[in-house]
Amino acid sequence: MNRRVTPWPLVGPATLMFFGLVVVPLTLTVILSFHGYNHTTGIENRFTLTHYQAILSDSYFLGIFWRTLRIAALTTVICAAIGVPEAYVLARMRDPWRSVFLLVIIGPLLVSVVVRAFGWSMLLGSTGLVNQAFMAVGLPTTRLLYTETAIVIALVHVMLPFMVIPVWTSLQKLDPAVEAAALTLGASPFTTLRRIVLPQVTMGMLSGSLIVFGLSASAFAIPGLLGGRRLKMAATLVYDEYMHELNWPLGATIAILVLVANLVIMLAYNHAVEARMRRTMG
Amino acid sequence: MLKNGPVSLLFHSLVVGFVLAPLVVICLVAFTPENTLSMPKFLTPWNGFSLRWFRAIFEHPDFTASFWNSLLLATLSASIAVALSVPAALAIDRMEFPGRASLNALFLSPLIIPHLVLGVAFLRLFALIGATGSFPWLVASHVIIITPYVLRLVLAALSGFDRSIEAAALTLGAGPGTVFRRVTAPMILPGITGGWLLAFINSFDELTMSIFVTSPQTVTLPVRMYMYATESIDPMMAAVSALMIALTAIAMLVLDRAFGLDKILVGQK
Amino acid sequence: MAFLALRSLSKVFGDFAAVRDVDLGVEKGEFVSLLGPSGCGKTTTLQMIAGLAEPTAGTILLDGRDITNEKPNKRGLGIVFQSYALFPHMSVAENVAFGLEMRGVNRAEREARVKAMLQLVRLSEMAERYPRQLSGGQRQRVAIARALVIAPPVLLLDEPLSNLDAKLREEMQFELSRIQRSTGTTTIMVTHDQSEALSISDRVVVMEAGRMTQIDAPFHLYENPANAFISSFVGKMNRLEGQMRGGAAVIAGITLPCAPAGLSEGTAATFTIRPEKIALCAAGQGLIDGTITSRFFLGNTWLMQVETLAGSLAVSLPNQGEEPPRPGSPVALDWPASALRVEEGG
Repeated sequence: MNRRVTPWPLVGPATLMFFGLVVVPLTLTVILSFHGYNHTTGIENRFTLTHYQAILSDSYFLGIFWRTLRIAALTTVICAAIGVPEAYVLARMRDPWRSVFLLVIIGPLLVSVVVRAFGWSMLLGSTGLVNQAFMAVGLPTTRLLYTETAIVIALVHVMLPFMVIPVWTSLQKLDPAVEAAALTLGASPFTTLRRIVLPQVTMGMLSGSLIVFGLSASAFAIPGLLGGRRLKMAATLVYDEYMHELNWPLGATIAILVLVANLVIMLAYNHAVEARMRRTMG
Repeated sequence: MLKNGPVSLLFHSLVVGFVLAPLVVICLVAFTPENTLSMPKFLTPWNGFSLRWFRAIFEHPDFTASFWNSLLLATLSASIAVALSVPAALAIDRMEFPGRASLNALFLSPLIIPHLVLGVAFLRLFALIGATGSFPWLVASHVIIITPYVLRLVLAALSGFDRSIEAAALTLGAGPGTVFRRVTAPMILPGITGGWLLAFINSFDELTMSIFVTSPQTVTLPVRMYMYATESIDPMMAAVSALMIALTAIAMLVLDRAFGLDKILVGQK
Repeated sequence: MAFLALRSLSKVFGDFAAVRDVDLGVEKGEFVSLLGPSGCGKTTTLQMIAGLAEPTAGTILLDGRDITNEKPNKRGLGIVFQSYALFPHMSVAENVAFGLEMRGVNRAEREARVKAMLQLVRLSEMAERYPRQLSGGQRQRVAIARALVIAPPVLLLDEPLSNLDAKLREEMQFELSRIQRSTGTTTIMVTHDQSEALSISDRVVVMEAGRMTQIDAPFHLYENPANAFISSFVGKMNRLEGQMRGGAAVIAGITLPCAPAGLSEGTAATFTIRPEKIALCAAGQGLIDGTITSRFFLGNTWLMQVETLAGSLAVSLPNQGEEPPRPGSPVALDWPASALRVEEGG
């Protein structure tokens, strides 16, 4: 539109800042991951692939990666199983309930994740409410805190809004008359749900799953507070390498692997989604 | 048109219970007169409540210092993010220039780069330039993380903008400066304010990146709470958390009244 | 007994009665329109027939069977929604086949029936397209095909033409009428457009504020509106206040010939006359003199406003290739006595 006017006075400051604080530090970190490390002398200025080899062959690291993937996948599946029906229930509510409960479901997004993790550590602790409820009904108390179960429960809690939001958005685009049309053509409510509603929220569900998986795989506060010292995930592992082992190059390598895995999954997903779009929407 | 059946409503109640449970427990435990987190008092008859753990916060100067530090950090970084985003959004929305799409992607990239990775990257940069533990550089790192939120809301406000309104103002004799000041700015103001608040909250709550780049002098409240919670768990954590929940709830109500929280959180493109 | 019968049907939302105590009988093969302004209860009535809204009171009988409380997916009626409500993720053929699939019709028969139906609505080439690749008129036809392929006893149309532009709307009116006649399906259409209702219905039901105030064949409805609302809602109408004296209308002291009415001498009355029944002639040669105040050319007609001593009258003249007098010209108006009538219910 305004071809004569140069955009640089407008985008210049932001560009400079993002170049200096996104591109440069990420590049530096990639370089760092190829630096050597010595426990007595620290970071060594030589090129090496040791860290990548170490991580990809050491069962300790592989175990943590495997746990991270497993927990993130489980969280994603549970979030979809809860979030999709919940978004549908919300969409069928009438105002003011609809707005109120939408706020209740997505509002916690704004509460610090440390606070929410802390809340779960109180609920799941050995004398927490969950165990008290177990005792009250005569069940044996179970160790919940510092287990993968605790991490998954809290992650689902934190990630649920990220699943509800895109599904809700795609439900908003759905013409309510479409469901009525299916019913009047003889479809049962269940068939209507499966054949008419579900196919149209698939996109929302996919993008929700992508966000939930990505954020779960790199989650820090939840495994940090609910997994304890022994149950590590990728992010807490990086933190340990940096802050306790002081092996920055190794930590950087893990961080870069997390980033690459994230980007690869995201690109593959986008590719699949686009292919699907082209197929079904012409 | 279609209604929820009893099964749907039962499911919904369970989900709502799940979502609220940890927050409610925090708010209850915060008022315990006991020394421990255990909560038998809530299952047996009410045994009085106490504000002692709220008072305890003020006996921990490190917590109050972190609170003010986080407040200043969030205010500064949200304001800088707005100052960077509004002109950038105008250029991206209104101008054709080479690299426009890539710039947009660069500005939004912190949304898809895990905060953990950003934290590690900032730490490396700050260590190399000798900026470790510096407050201004901490602000800069927060600006990077929260700018995408502001940019998205301002871009959404601009794209939903009927350009013929500006044309109308021009034909009525207003100069381009006046058009921006009297027409464009007031119309995208909700997007800007909503973006500022969202950015503020995100900065105030940020933990994963900050934990790598804060020094003992610049520890933010979430980092302080995380450190504290990994070492010892006592009801003071609950009291601090309850205060944070209350603050967030107030911010949420303000956001909701002013712009509709669902629009800000859901309607962002 | 009527094929579809509504008996004392009511729908109350809170303290608002959307539909009040409505009775209607529709014969097999008949095309009936529910006509009225928005909020008159016509769509609610349609939804109750479809089973998408629950009646507060009354019964609905289909072919003698009480379907008042039957679920919409058991009624087997064909419905065309205002938004068409096509399934966006299914092709045209899949959309049309959906209802047959739900009825367990085997694949071969399904394909044959879908094909025949698409032929009927002239969309055979579009079978593999998706709804968003179609124009408004094509989507409309898919919606009709989807509703008709299940051979419903009754077809319900909810403002079927309101989303189309003017020219397409006119085309689709005739298309709709052709399709309905070729299948002989009993049809109920909801519309707020009087010309739509008049052109394709066998009978028109006028609804006002939840009640059915007139049920008549289109021509009869136009010529004999039952009340003031209908006379102005269906077509244009001039209305003049006056009295009945000696078998003629006396309006503002001027005596004008009018249709006979069973009113006693001196009774105050409202007289009505359609603009197209008034003829324009040279000043002094008609029933009443006047001056043209405005003139609009509508292509096939001229619409003029003429100021007379009896009041301002709208006059509609067919365009016969000659320009009528300009505004400001003195003219006279003439009409057959039968055209000026005493308004019923007024």
